[in-house]
Parts: sequence; structure tokens; C-alpha cells
Amino acid sequence: MYKYDHYDRKIVNQRVDQYEDQLNRYFNKELTDEEFRPLRLQNGLYIQRHAPMLRVAIPYGLLSSKQLRTLADIADEFDRGYGHFSTRQNIQYNWPKLEDTPKILRKLADAEMHAIQTSGNCIRNITTDPYAGVTPDEIVDTRYIAEILRQWSTFHPEFALLPRKFKISISGSKHDRALVKTHDIGLELVKEQENLFVNVFVGGGLGRTPVIGQLLKEKLPIEHLLSYCESIIRIYNLFGRRDNMYKARIKILVKALGVESFKKQVEDDWNDGKNSSNHLNDKEINRVKQFFTSPNYETVESIDLEDQFREDHNFLHWIKRNTREHIKNGYRSVTISLKGKKQTAPGDIQSSEMRVVADLADQYSFGEIRSTHEQNLVLADVKERDLYDVYSVLCENNLGEANIGLITDIICCPGGDFCSLANAKSIPIAKSIDNLFDNYDFLFDIGTISLNISGCMNACGHHHVGNIGILGVDKDGSEWYQITLGGQQGVNASLGKVIGPSFSADEVPAVIKEILNVYVAQRDSEEELFIDCYNRIGLDPFKEAIYKN
Amino acid sequence: MDTQLIKNKELVLNDWFWVVPDTSNEEVKKQAGKVVQFKLTGEDFPSDGTLHNVILPKAEKVILPLRLYLLKTDEIKNKYKEYGIWIYSHDELDLFNHLKDDINSFSVVGVYVEKFADGRIYSLGNLIRRKLSYKNDLRALGDVFKDQLFYLARSGFDSFLIKEGYDAKKALLGLDDFSYSYQGTLNQKPLWSER
Ligand code: SF4
Repeated sequence: MYKYDHYDRKIVNQRVDQYEDQLNRYFNKELTDEEFRPLRLQNGLYIQRHAPMLRVAIPYGLLSSKQLRTLADIADEFDRGYGHFSTRQNIQYNWPKLEDTPKILRKLADAEMHAIQTSGNCIRNITTDPYAGVTPDEIVDTRYIAEILRQWSTFHPEFALLPRKFKISISGSKHDRALVKTHDIGLELVKEQENLFVNVFVGGGLGRTPVIGQLLKEKLPIEHLLSYCESIIRIYNLFGRRDNMYKARIKILVKALGVESFKKQVEDDWNDGKNSSNHLNDKEINRVKQFFTSPNYETVESIDLEDQFREDHNFLHWIKRNTREHIKNGYRSVTISLKGKKQTAPGDIQSSEMRVVADLADQYSFGEIRSTHEQNLVLADVKERDLYDVYSVLCENNLGEANIGLITDIICCPGGDFCSLANAKSIPIAKSIDNLFDNYDFLFDIGTISLNISGCMNACGHHHVGNIGILGVDKDGSEWYQITLGGQQGVNASLGKVIGPSFSADEVPAVIKEILNVYVAQRDSEEELFIDCYNRIGLDPFKEAIYKN
Repeated sequence: MDTQLIKNKELVLNDWFWVVPDTSNEEVKKQAGKVVQFKLTGEDFPSDGTLHNVILPKAEKVILPLRLYLLKTDEIKNKYKEYGIWIYSHDELDLFNHLKDDINSFSVVGVYVEKFADGRIYSLGNLIRRKLSYKNDLRALGDVFKDQLFYLARSGFDSFLIKEGYDAKKALLGLDDFSYSYQGTLNQKPLWSER
């Protein structure tokens, strides 16, 4: 994991000083609301329904146990004892006081953390595969490239005030778990004879105008990564719309210009920037890479868990859903569900639970934790022989829900309970769907499926790419929900189609149930996943079943 | 010294007359449909008529809108000892192609931002230095205060006219907000070269 040196420490500390000065000037009325707004946003501070919300960066989703404990301490000292993991692998606090924020940021800085660029019209937290470095389908470990990008994008002087927020994601595996095609810039790392290249996608995004990103540059040599991204963002900075915030994302510019003409502008700029000072060299790549070498794995035998725990169905269910294959024999990666019945909202975690996870990480997984964009946590390197102990501790602490990838593993934005932009609440909808499933059998029978909920068009809950998507809409001042089917993330990313007129909150659970009934009746075998069944039979059978009453 | 001008990390006397056309009677430009004109929507944009009507002030040193300079080049050359030009943050860089002189014959080139949140100024700084090879004083004008200075300086600007009503002495400190920066710029190597 990356460790700060005195440069990083100095930069992060000076950022806190700078922010404290900005806050003081704001309190002294030397800065207006309008002026302070972009400044506080770039430090992760929103003004929400009830209180400010502070979003803390978890760069590419990687955390140490010490950092997780710091997050727990902050939740206790400055918030209401819990935090919320977001769909950008970050953590949010919903109840801090504005005047406490410099103290919180100092505490974070002491633990090598920050809230830099977690919001506002700038380059946001770089996201990547939560299983980077340990997944068998990996081609290139993305973590060190993500760290290089984090440093390059931190306080980039040209890109502090872009037309709109800018999100970069990076994947290095056969299966894209980083949603590269729904990002402003999506980077796909490939390798040829030990040389690294990047396929650069641009203009993808969710939000009001969901678009799948287009390939802008194939096989860009890695040393040009930063200068090429610079040219893309420079063209966007200069020509992206600034008159209408809903049309200000890069996808609108790319669409308006056409990808070819956009590319021409980018390359015209880039060609003479080839020797830009941000031309990466092997020395730097290797310097950062050495922070992400494999931990000291033990040589251990693989265990036949199915056989050994024949009697314990719950444990085996959990193994099946919440653990995945590892590059190292005798190890698995554990995904801890934050979508249990006891969680107040998907992605929420109590400070006591954070400490439990931190302890587990120390004891069983080299002291590291990862957050996922599905709002869960991962212990990446657990020995198979320790899995039962880990599972037992998780169960004792309400963290043993065996539902990863199942319908109750709902991705959900904070919605109308917290977010001032919401059209409708999303957390109660997630809860009402969760309540449909009081036993595992039906849940397991349905199998892998994604259900994503956003409280408004901004799509923080990624509803477009949920196999089932739910979007809060406002009709004459009341809350309604529009349902889409067929969205998908990954290499075959696709956007869901609207099923028909929207529903009231009360109707949603029954509609979901009906959708699942259609699937169960129509699938050609128990192996056919919901999304494959949908792709085969289309929208109509679902539509008919739902609207017939 | 009562001044709002920062140059080379110091407060300096501002003996430049900054000419700003009065656009209060201009029609507001609406979305023109062409992508590059996205940026004109609703922004300050003096028509040629307005520029024609600008009366050149009595002063020794002036900074004039580039389009005004292009319209009245000879008159300006005769009238002033020293002059510079400025552009709006939504102006096209192509405007500079119309210059017959070398851009380095101007002792000041300014970029004007109407609103603090307009970050185009930073990329324009980069382009003016890199593409146009401009070597002299590059000045930030308009809604400029402490919190932009560190970034502006790293984007190629060396002087800053702090907005009226904002403490220029405090603003000056903004140039030292950070001791190090990760990424390289036109005149600074990336931090990794030191590591
Ligand atoms: S999707 Fe809308 S309601 Fe939900 S968090 Fe984002 S902005 Fe708020």
C-alpha cells in the first residue's frame, strides 16, 4: 500500500492550513457563499438537507486498518457514530459541524488521508477494481497506476475549476469491475511483451444523459498516459459547456463534436505535448509500483470447504456469495456485505463495526481493507483455513450477510433522506425490497442480479447499469419511481430500458416481485442469469405481467 | 502602497490603464448551436460596434482588448508608449492568428475571468505560453483573488490584478499555499524527479 513520504505529508498538511484559512475568511465575510462554495466542495464538503456532509477520499478504495480506525474515531467524535460508503469507494459523514471540519481534516492528514477533490468541478477520486492485485483474471495490477494518477490529478493547476466534475476509472482485468465505459475517462490497461499500454475511453457517464464511453485511443504507451489525459481534459476545460450544468459533462462535448473531431483537437494539442514534463518514466513507475508488491503469502494447501463444512449451509452460502478466487493457492478474497438487514442503509457502517473489520484485517488480511463501488468492504487476502473464523466474527457483529451479487446487495444513493437534490427517497425503497426476502432460498434461487437505486437523475446509485434500476422522479411534487430493466456493468456495459409509467413507493416491492416471478417462470434453466434471460426474452413479457393489473 | 497588482511575488504599483469596453447595452448572446460557441452563451462579449466606439484613454501604458487592438492598431501604436492586450476567457485562441506583430512585442498579455469559478483561464495560460511561445508578463484580470493564485502561477501567469475590495496583501500569501506540487508544468519538473 502507498506510504506517504515527507512531500505527501507536507502537501496534505498545507491543504488543511489552506482550507482553514478559507473557512475563516468565509466566517469573517471576506468570501461570499458563492466564492466559498467551490472551495469547500474541493475539500469534500457539501451542504445537505440537515447538515454539511463531508466526503473523505479513499484513493482507489484502498485503506489500512489504522485508517479505518481513524474513520471510526471521526464518526464517534464528530458525527453520529457511523459512516456511509459511497459508490465512488469513498466514505461520507452526514452530520459533521462546519466549524469542526478543519479538525477532522487534520485527523485525517495524520492518518495519511484527506478529502481533497472528493467533490466539486475537478478530477475526482480515481476508482479501480477492488480486487486489483489478487484476482486471477488480472492482466495488469491497476493500483500503482491509480496512485500515479492520484498524485498527478491532485491540485493539477489547470483543472481546478472544470465545467463539471470529472471521473476517471481504471481497469486491468478481463472482466471490467471498474465501470470504465461509464466514466469521463475510462482507462483499460493492456500488456504486450511486458510493455504496458492503455486503451483510453472517453465520454461515458451515467447521470441524466447516460452514455457509453467511446474508444479514443488504442494502445497508448503508458509513458504518455498523463500527457494524453492532460490534453483531453484541457480541450474539455476550454470547450465544455459552462452555461448549463446539465450539459456540462465531457460526454456532451464529445457527442456534439463527434468523437473523431474531438480526437483531432486532443491530438493536435497532445502532439506537441508529447515531451511534456509529465512524461512518465520507468523510474517513477517502478518507484510507485514497489508500494504494491504482494504481501508475504504463506505457502498453504487449498482446503475443500464444501466437504469440511457440509453441515453448515449458511457458511457455505456465504463462501459461495461473499468470497472469490485468489491468485494464491489456499487464499480467497472476502467481501463483507454492508447490505445486511441490520444496516440502516446500504453502505452504512457503525464505528464499532469499522473497528471489527479493522481487527479482522490485522489478524487475517495483512492489515488492508478495500471499499467497492457496490458499497461493500473487502478483505483481499484471507487464508481458506481462516475463513470460518472470519465468518464467525462477522456474524457476531451483524456483518455476516451472505448476499454479494444477490438482489439484496442493493446499490443505493443517500436519496431524499439526506441529499438536497433528491426527487425521492431511496433508502426506504431499498429497505422495502430487502424485506421481501426473509429467507435465503428464494434469494439464492434468483441468483446473481443487480438492483441499483438513485434518488434523482444524477444517478449516484448507478441505476442505469443495474439489471433492475430504480430512479426517483418527481411528479407534481410527490415521489414516484421509474423502473428500468437490462442495465449491465462490465465489458458488455449497457443501459437499462424504462419499463413504463412510474410507481408509488408502496407499489415498488410488488413490482420487483413480479419482475422476479417472470424471470423464474421464463428462464431456460436455473443457470440462466436474470440479465441473460432478459436479453433473450426482452422487455415485453415483464411489461405485460406488471401492467396487466 | 495602495495597489491591487501582484507581480513577481510582490505588490507593485499599477501604472497600467486597463481598458474595458462597456458591454452593458450589448445583447446577450444565446446558444448559437456551434460547439465552440457554447462558451459565448450569456457571457460578456463586446460587438465590433462597441469596440469602435471605445475612446482610447489618455495614459502612458494601456492594456486593451485584443479585438480592439486589431481594429485600431495604427492609432494605438501612435498614441501609447507601451501597450498590452487582453482576452476574455471565452475568446478563441485563433484570435491571435490575426496579429501581424509578434506576440512578444507586447509587454503584457492579460486573460480576463468574469467569474472565479471559470477555470478556462488556467488552460489558456498554458496555451499562451506553450503554443504561442509568449515570454513576457502574463496577467490574470477580473474575478481574481487569493485562492486562484497558486494555480495561476503554475499555469504560466506572473502577475495578478486582485479584484477591488479584496485584500491584495493577503492574496499574495496564496502564492505560497503549497511548498511542493506533484505534477510538472511548463517551467517546473514533476515532484517525482526529486524523489
Ligand atoms: S442520485 Fe440524486 S438523490 Fe441520489 S445522492 Fe445523487 S444527487 Fe442525491
